[in-house]
Amino acid sequence: MAAAPPATYAVVLSAILFGIGALGFVFKRNIITIFMSIELMLNAVNLSFVAFSRLLHVLDGQVFVFFVIVVAAAEASVGMAIILQVARNRHSLNIERIDLMKL
Amino acid sequence: MSPDLILFFLLAAVALAGAINLIVQTHPIHSALSLIVVMVALAGIYLLLGAELLAAVQIIVYAGAIMVLFVFIIMLLNAGKEERTSLSHAASWLGVPLAVVLTVVIGWRMGHSAPSPAMGGNVSGVSRTLSEMLFTSYVFPFELTSILILVAILGAVALAKRDF
Repeated sequence: MAAAPPATYAVVLSAILFGIGALGFVFKRNIITIFMSIELMLNAVNLSFVAFSRLLHVLDGQVFVFFVIVVAAAEASVGMAIILQVARNRHSLNIERIDLMKL
Repeated sequence: MSPDLILFFLLAAVALAGAINLIVQTHPIHSALSLIVVMVALAGIYLLLGAELLAAVQIIVYAGAIMVLFVFIIMLLNAGKEERTSLSHAASWLGVPLAVVLTVVIGWRMGHSAPSPAMGGNVSGVSRTLSEMLFTSYVFPFELTSILILVAILGAVALAKRDF
């Protein structure tokens, strides 16, 4: 069997990707870009699941990635519907303009 | 330095470049395309780590459905203003050599070493066990996710309706 890359490298990559996603979540102003940073963080977590599933020689990590992908899909659809309504009501996608519940 | 390791570092570099580009770009459509690049690179890394079913699911569901939804919404809401940047030229200067390098390394890896479980050397290996686990040990969360998707569909329709 070919020497697979050690899974610890993948865990390090997952941590870096999660950090970049967190940076984007905190510093970006467009609501859709913030949502995409959340998806990036979810992808980083998926990668760490797969890496640990490889390290511990069990498959439970990969099963959990399935569920994370399904939950991300459901969350993305409902989140997009909410963003659509917010954009219709406030006419802006800048979170600094939609930070109060009062119009 | 096995081809697997080189391929991993190449895909990791592509994923990191996509992630940094996501938070650096101002127009959300560029960020969405960078996220698609990250997801495809991660699917390649899943293949290297022996999760071939997950790599396929990642491409089909995550990059093929969820990101398409994102791009729909960005275009529907006309998010961000149209601007011609010089970065499109940089993408072609960087992208074409990178694609060539990636193809060469993948070809080298596939022709070089013996088939591993991740590359179909043992076909009924991981995916079969994964599917069995999904339908025996994890059947309860599996059915719950179907209810979750139903609730999400109802929620999305109810939230995005124009008039009540």
